[in-house]
Amino acid sequence: MAPRRPAKRLVTALCRAFSGRGCQLAPKRGAERRDAAPSRVSRFCPPRKSRHDWIGPPDKYSNLRPIHFYIPENESPLEQKLRELRQETQEWNQQFWADQNLTFHKEKEEFVRSRLKAKGLDLRTASGQKATLNAEEMAEFYKEFLSKNFQKHMYYNRDWYKRNFAITFFMGKVALERIWNKLRPKQKKTSS
Amino acid sequence: MAASPHTLSSRLLTGWGGGCIWYLERRVTRESPRRFLHLLRNVNQQWVTFQHFNFLRHMYVTQLNRSLKQQIKPKPEPAESPFLEKTSLDEAKAEICEMRPLVPPSLSLSRKPSEKALIEPEPTSVIEGSIDLGKETKEEKQWKEMKLRVDDLPGILARLSKIKLTGDSSPPEPPEKPLDENKVKNTALVVSTTSAGFALAPAPFDWSCFLLTFVGTGLASCAANSINQFFEVPFDSNMNRTKNRPLVRGQISPLLAVSFATCCAVPGVALLTWGVNPLTGALGLFNIFLYTCCYTPLKRVSIANTWVGAVVGAIPPVMGWTAATGSLDAGACLLGGILYSWQFPHFNALSWGLREDYSRGGYCMMSVTHPALCRRVALRHCLALLAMCVAAPALDVTTWTFPVIALPINLYISYLGFRFYRDADRKSSRKLFFCSLWHLPLLLLLMLTCKRRAGEEGTGAPQS
Repeated sequence: MAPRRPAKRLVTALCRAFSGRGCQLAPKRGAERRDAAPSRVSRFCPPRKSRHDWIGPPDKYSNLRPIHFYIPENESPLEQKLRELRQETQEWNQQFWADQNLTFHKEKEEFVRSRLKAKGLDLRTASGQKATLNAEEMAEFYKEFLSKNFQKHMYYNRDWYKRNFAITFFMGKVALERIWNKLRPKQKKTSS
Repeated sequence: MAASPHTLSSRLLTGWGGGCIWYLERRVTRESPRRFLHLLRNVNQQWVTFQHFNFLRHMYVTQLNRSLKQQIKPKPEPAESPFLEKTSLDEAKAEICEMRPLVPPSLSLSRKPSEKALIEPEPTSVIEGSIDLGKETKEEKQWKEMKLRVDDLPGILARLSKIKLTGDSSPPEPPEKPLDENKVKNTALVVSTTSAGFALAPAPFDWSCFLLTFVGTGLASCAANSINQFFEVPFDSNMNRTKNRPLVRGQISPLLAVSFATCCAVPGVALLTWGVNPLTGALGLFNIFLYTCCYTPLKRVSIANTWVGAVVGAIPPVMGWTAATGSLDAGACLLGGILYSWQFPHFNALSWGLREDYSRGGYCMMSVTHPALCRRVALRHCLALLAMCVAAPALDVTTWTFPVIALPINLYISYLGFRFYRDADRKSSRKLFFCSLWHLPLLLLLMLTCKRRAGEEGTGAPQS
């Protein structure tokens, strides 16, 4: 039987009961949203009996698929480190790509607007649809955008490779640890 | 909208939630009796999953009577929707609370005294944004458990290795667009060009050697493609062409991808080195290195990646040749040269239509940074193909019939290359790209049919 809980934390309690600490919750969403790079945290909570991570649909802004990490009861320090690294990398990636995509679309709109204005054309065509430039005109913008963001991408690439290797390395270590624990039941950890 | 199977064997909340769930189930059961039959059996003892809760809420919203003043809001703009979704859960709580008076007293709920305390602070507000609830539930349905299913593994690994020549079936996701890398840069193409190199080599066709080369090169290619996808997960997510790849969709973990790559690379290279000859093994290993450690990172740094990628594409037929003859001679280089030149009209035309994605994703491609160079290089290499076809008989690879019968297709691709150079539009780029797709297999086939047989009179000494 669930203990008494105040009404506004009812949803919190529901999610926590079902999936543990990792659940992302509606009441906290306001604080997590940022105007520059909205992450639109999903309130999805996996079913209680699931013992795996869950992956969601692509985020609207970053196109990355968020993962909801499962926290096992007997999580070892190494597993916790891996999960935290993955969670942090996910947030970092989300931040970067949401920001990148939003900046791209914003600057693209500005470019189109300024070019149409320079040509003396309306922002909307006669049929009411948004006026666009052709591919060759847009190519100038693409080139400029790419060169402007080159340095940013260099730093991102370097960090992404580092993180990706680290995550995979830790995944390997965790896998080995689990195999080790299965093969040596007497030495099974009781501390965590 | 159907509840997923595992939520049907679910459990009920006690307390006010339980009463509401019970009521909702009663209502829903009238419409769909079978679904909730065994749920009703367990009504007092178990907990319902959140997904089931959402399903019931959805059913309630779409099916119940309007006396509760249900309003349908017009579909909001995306910027507003996060706000509406945030409040809709509170409103859903409110609507559940409104249902409370209808709970039949026969259901003994231990938390009844606390329900009043729960409900008092909540205003019985009007239900708004039922569409948001539908949208949110739809979004939640798209969450998938990251559990590796053994049945799916072969398909997943095939996609990881970019094995198939045509678009593979990926049912829940939208079909991939025609200009899809999966369809072209893939293991099947690599293995085909290797086989062509093997067959064109002036040596008696040895089936066992051929099979070993085939398998070894295939494994090496799988390994290289897997590592490539392992490196590129966030970039692939952001490009339409590649967003359905297994690592992007979370169907396998990065660790599994790397393990798979290792399990392919080691036997593949070993097979080539000890089963065929060390030269072929070395070329295979070098190609894996070139593709994964040079081409893939270079894509984000400099346009030189295209030239490196062309070398990557040129090596497999050379491997086929060295597998058959054991040596790297002029014929091997010519074959490599033909594949090298072919890469440029093929890739440059493909990249012309992807400039937006490359720009946004941070890829350094000629089509974005140096568009004139892009078209010039494509045309240049179409003409180089023509020249190399003429050189083929001079190097004793084929008879003189070959450049003659290959002339029409070489002229055609050169013409399309010229059109692309001059027009620089999407139409000409697509035409050139699709032409390159059939041009290469046809060219290799013609070469095979015109292969200079051992002992024939030629301009050079016959190869041993």
